[in-house]
Amino acid sequence: MATKARSAEGSHNAGVDGVRRRDFLNVAAVSFAGVGAVAALAPLIVQMSPPADVLALASTEVDISKIQPGQGIKVSWRKQPVFVRNLTPKEIAEANKVDASALRDPQTLAERTKPGHANWLVTMGVCTHLGCVPLGIGEGENRGPYGGYFCPCHGSAYDTAGRIRSGPAPLNLQVPEYKFTAPTKLEIG
Amino acid sequence: MSFSWAKPYEPKSAMMKWLDERLPLPRVVYGAVGGGYPVPRNLNMWWNFGVLAGIFLTIQIVTGIVLAMWYYATADGAFGSVEHLMRDVNAGWLIRYAHMNGASFFFIVTYIHIFRGLYYGSYKAPRELVWMLGLVIYLLMMATAFMGYVLPWGQMSYWGAQVITGFFSAFPLVGEPIRQWLLGGYAPDQAALTRFFSLHYLLPFIIAAVVILHIWALHIPGSGNPTGVDVKDEKDTLPFHPFYTAKDGWFAAAVLTAYAIVTYFAPNYLGHPDNYIQANPLATPAHIVPEWYFWPFYAILKSFTVDFILEAKLWGVLAMFGSILLLFFLPWLDKSPVRSGSYRPLFRVFFVLLILDVIILGWAGGFSPTPVRVAVGQLATAYYFLHFLVILPLVSSFETPLPLPKSITDSVLHGEAAEAAPAGQKPRRGAVATA
Repeated sequence: MATKARSAEGSHNAGVDGVRRRDFLNVAAVSFAGVGAVAALAPLIVQMSPPADVLALASTEVDISKIQPGQGIKVSWRKQPVFVRNLTPKEIAEANKVDASALRDPQTLAERTKPGHANWLVTMGVCTHLGCVPLGIGEGENRGPYGGYFCPCHGSAYDTAGRIRSGPAPLNLQVPEYKFTAPTKLEIG
Repeated sequence: MSFSWAKPYEPKSAMMKWLDERLPLPRVVYGAVGGGYPVPRNLNMWWNFGVLAGIFLTIQIVTGIVLAMWYYATADGAFGSVEHLMRDVNAGWLIRYAHMNGASFFFIVTYIHIFRGLYYGSYKAPRELVWMLGLVIYLLMMATAFMGYVLPWGQMSYWGAQVITGFFSAFPLVGEPIRQWLLGGYAPDQAALTRFFSLHYLLPFIIAAVVILHIWALHIPGSGNPTGVDVKDEKDTLPFHPFYTAKDGWFAAAVLTAYAIVTYFAPNYLGHPDNYIQANPLATPAHIVPEWYFWPFYAILKSFTVDFILEAKLWGVLAMFGSILLLFFLPWLDKSPVRSGSYRPLFRVFFVLLILDVIILGWAGGFSPTPVRVAVGQLATAYYFLHFLVILPLVSSFETPLPLPKSITDSVLHGEAAEAAPAGQKPRRGAVATA
């Protein structure tokens, strides 16, 4: 068929390289359909992203006035646990004693808290290994060998600044964005 | 598949050859919608609508799967989950409107496809099973569309479910128990909603399976054509690809453009505003109607107002189901050996009257029942049955059809062979001008 078409139009349309008008039309039509197909695919893909009502849960307020030194609470932010812990002077001293530069994820306690609020450690309660909730925030839970948090899933141990010290987790417990709106009020997110 | 000159599949690369020897799927595709399926060369635009129906079935399945990702099939949560989808989910409004209007367009192209079959005698031998499988698809579509309309749990959804399941209560003795069994309760509620959702998800895949049977049965004799004359030799056909893929392709682009215009600029035009009010089992909307594609059948249902041996209610339900079931007997009701309406002058007049009749039924069914509208609906209902049960058999025995062309090729080349002959010479016998 191609040869027949070529003999019919060839003398006028085929260039030296044998490209015909019909080749151009084919490429144009298929490209146009291809662009349309991709455009039609886009909404099917973006619909999977978090919807507006989920994004609207972006911030939460926490009252920390009742948390005694040595205690902590677990709050929910974006459907994930956040640990808010009131460190004792002993725990602060333990955290500061460590040479931060030697750690897997080098950070000092001061870098992980707000100035003037060094006793308030606010971290995600999500192990940086594979996302389990570490133990240690509740009364009497296993705090692991470094006195911070201990993840029961695969044995990652965090110290009193929430930094990874042993086990498979690659990073320190993440510190979410937050600010003090009053001396005893936090806004997370 | 159908003709001796159909080109067999020849794998072009070593990999395709390897695959073909183990799983000849490319061979099946090539023989079904590729260069290996010879199609009459004279198909007109009305033959595009089967492919279009397949396209809209695909659109409905794809958008429907996405909707099911966000939909809660609970009596308390269904309405809210649809509103959430429309307002909060990324592109959710687009996907829902695409599904809503996709249903309407699916019916539009299917109705045109059915009327194409009615005009060109596509139901006649040897394609009776193609026609009957098509009717099965149509019945499944109606069930699917009805259950899908219930899912948003708006006022129209709820009262639609109430009325349609109420059809079954028309049957004496067993009717009411059947209705309660279908609903899983005395009125539509959680049990009904959950089973409708389950079946609404299932049926499209059953439809897809019957579509495969429909196409399989079609490809045994091959596609019909506007002359109704059988294919005689290779000159009468063209390979499906590239000729009909190109023709279907541009036509699909045109119809999808219309679909996009409605979806973007008039997404609720074909719907009913009352369905944006949450279902209230204690108050029926002042005027309830099904979706537009059911209006003619709704008119038939409403046309029976007087008890006659059986209750009027039962007559209405029987007539409504009967209006579709009688189409299964069409291949035997229309005995004319001529397939195409183009060569049947009398049939063609009645075909136009049937279209007008169905439009009038739609008008009678879609608006509130005034005495005049009911009377018109009754006449139109009577004519509908008269057409299929009396007029068609009579026409096929009394009509004198026009002479048929000798072949498809003959009907296509209206003297071009003569025109193409060199000046002063008669065309050679049997010469065919190449297009």
